[in-house]
Amino acid sequence: MKLIQSGKMVAAMALMLTFSAPIPAMSGDTIKIGVAGAHSGDLATYGLPTVNAAKLVVDQVNAKGGIKGKKIELLIEDDVCKPEVATNSATKLVSQGAEVIIGHICSGPTKAALPIYKNANILVISPSSTSPDLTYSGEYPNFFRTIAPDDTQAKVDVEFALNKLGFTKIALVHDKGDYGKGLAEFAKSFIEKSGKAQVVLFEGVTPGAVDYSAIVQKIKQKDAQAVIFGGYHPEASKIVSMMKKKRMTTAFISDDGVKVDTFISVAGADAEGAYASGPMDTTKNPLSIQAKDEHKKAFGTDPGSFFENAYAATLALVNAIDKAGSTDLAALKKVLQTEKVDTPLGSISFNEKGDAIGVGFSVYQVKDGKFIELK
Amino acid sequence: MDYFIELLCSGLTRGAIYALIALGYTMVYGIIGLINFAHGEIYMIGAFTAYIVATVLTIYGFPLLAIVVLAGLAAVVWSSAYGYTVERIAYKPLRHAPRLSPLISAIGMSIFLQNYVLLAQTPDFLPFPTLIPDFPFMEPIAHIIGSTDLVILLTTTIIMIALTVLIKGTKIGKAMRATAQDRTMAMLLGIDVNKIISATFIIGSALAAVGGLLIASHIGQINFSIGFLAGIKAFTAAVLGGIGSIPGAVLGALVLGLTESFATGYVSSDYEDVFAFSLLVIILIFKPSGLLGKAETKKV
Repeated sequence: MKLIQSGKMVAAMALMLTFSAPIPAMSGDTIKIGVAGAHSGDLATYGLPTVNAAKLVVDQVNAKGGIKGKKIELLIEDDVCKPEVATNSATKLVSQGAEVIIGHICSGPTKAALPIYKNANILVISPSSTSPDLTYSGEYPNFFRTIAPDDTQAKVDVEFALNKLGFTKIALVHDKGDYGKGLAEFAKSFIEKSGKAQVVLFEGVTPGAVDYSAIVQKIKQKDAQAVIFGGYHPEASKIVSMMKKKRMTTAFISDDGVKVDTFISVAGADAEGAYASGPMDTTKNPLSIQAKDEHKKAFGTDPGSFFENAYAATLALVNAIDKAGSTDLAALKKVLQTEKVDTPLGSISFNEKGDAIGVGFSVYQVKDGKFIELK
Repeated sequence: MDYFIELLCSGLTRGAIYALIALGYTMVYGIIGLINFAHGEIYMIGAFTAYIVATVLTIYGFPLLAIVVLAGLAAVVWSSAYGYTVERIAYKPLRHAPRLSPLISAIGMSIFLQNYVLLAQTPDFLPFPTLIPDFPFMEPIAHIIGSTDLVILLTTTIIMIALTVLIKGTKIGKAMRATAQDRTMAMLLGIDVNKIISATFIIGSALAAVGGLLIASHIGQINFSIGFLAGIKAFTAAVLGGIGSIPGAVLGALVLGLTESFATGYVSSDYEDVFAFSLLVIILIFKPSGLLGKAETKKV
């Protein structure tokens, strides 16, 4: 028993050694970029693509001689997507002399680690933390991200319904889940703020219930011109089918939980004309194709979640360091906010809050059994 | 007023579907005092069988009526076979075990069947073909009730009447009632109790299969987990009406369906389940045996 335990200890230590950062080189010789996120545990699939993306970009820069003669060195730190671990990782990165940070991956750990970086005047750029607070609160002037915050979709949906389609009476329905309800709540506040339309209904349905005819009747009763639904495709397809059965012409607008092909295959003809927002289509972007090819060549697999966002973040960061000539926070911020960079996500820059401009969602409509991006 | 009638109709439709499933729970409970938690999965298997048969027949270009009849028949036969097998494998060996054992066995069966369909078929949602054609009525009626709702209500009513005739008027019905009353005495009088129990499972499963087919065609999609919530709701309806009582199950199902429909319509769908289960608690406080149930002093 004892032996097994000590064997485990040795294994754990060996693992820690493998995953921990390289021993800091002599300072001043290299530019140190910290990469923090979930690299082990069940959320590693979200974190490891970022490490790969950073490695790919940095290797290219180093192969070309680095930035102004200085090579880039990556300090990789695992936070297991746990806030309490993230503060340790952040402290460790700062003490190792990281000058900028790519990460963290999950919103919670990002929030926990940000004060530490802020005190050290270090710029942080996250590929995947979507909590709106991180940029909106204004508490973290050193934080940037290459992913659209959670409320963007609600905003895209609401603006589409109000400005493009000109609706004035909107019903908001959600599936009571974190994602769906959150989206509906954001939509509600945007509609109310705009003053252009009225929220006639705000209700949640039970996922998996046998029948949604009562809620559909209520939508009709309230005379809504459009339904904005926050949730996933099984409920969405039941609702659109029921609406068609009741011969309603109410528009149906939803989110990327619905913008999946299963929605169309299940709802069939009833899905025709339904709108759903989803990430902008990047599959035709040559940089995106190139980044994916590089990944395939280097690691032998297709990249995972947030790879393109991480690739874009690293590109933007490297470009900013190059242009600013230093890793000073103010100088980097200025470059990020004023200069556009070509990335797999398109040509992006950042607004004063730290959110990427040009990254976001577009609205798709089902036409002849396919989602068509509406420009 | 229109709105009220619409909600009434959708509540009745919902209740009718709960009733088809609830009958299985109540019949099995009435005869062997077991809550067959795998019943919701039998409903799901009925829907899947109908899906597979209907899809194949559509490929071969059969007319709609033939598809409906054959798919319905296949669903009924296949589900009944499952119901019978489940009883033989999971409950019969435990006939004389403490009452908790068959209950656990039932839950195990439910989880097994769900995972079996998940692995054998697909975890995805599948589009269910429209077996009940959706044709528009004339205007004042059109926005109150659809053709599918009407078919569901009619089918359920016919099945209820047939079931009542079966229980009250036939030999097997008499034997079922006798077995429910006192199993030992029925055995002594020459009734093959095991056969009667199997018959009960087969009838209950057949009803669930019809429910599965109707509801899948009504909402247009199925997957392996649809039996869970429907089963829980139907079980609630059976308890509400007084578990073990056949008219009670129907009444309980209708009351439950109407409560949910009106709660959604006049309060908020957020509270649909809250109202449904509050109603259950209130009724059980004032009438512990359910609406039409008989008081029983056995320990469960």
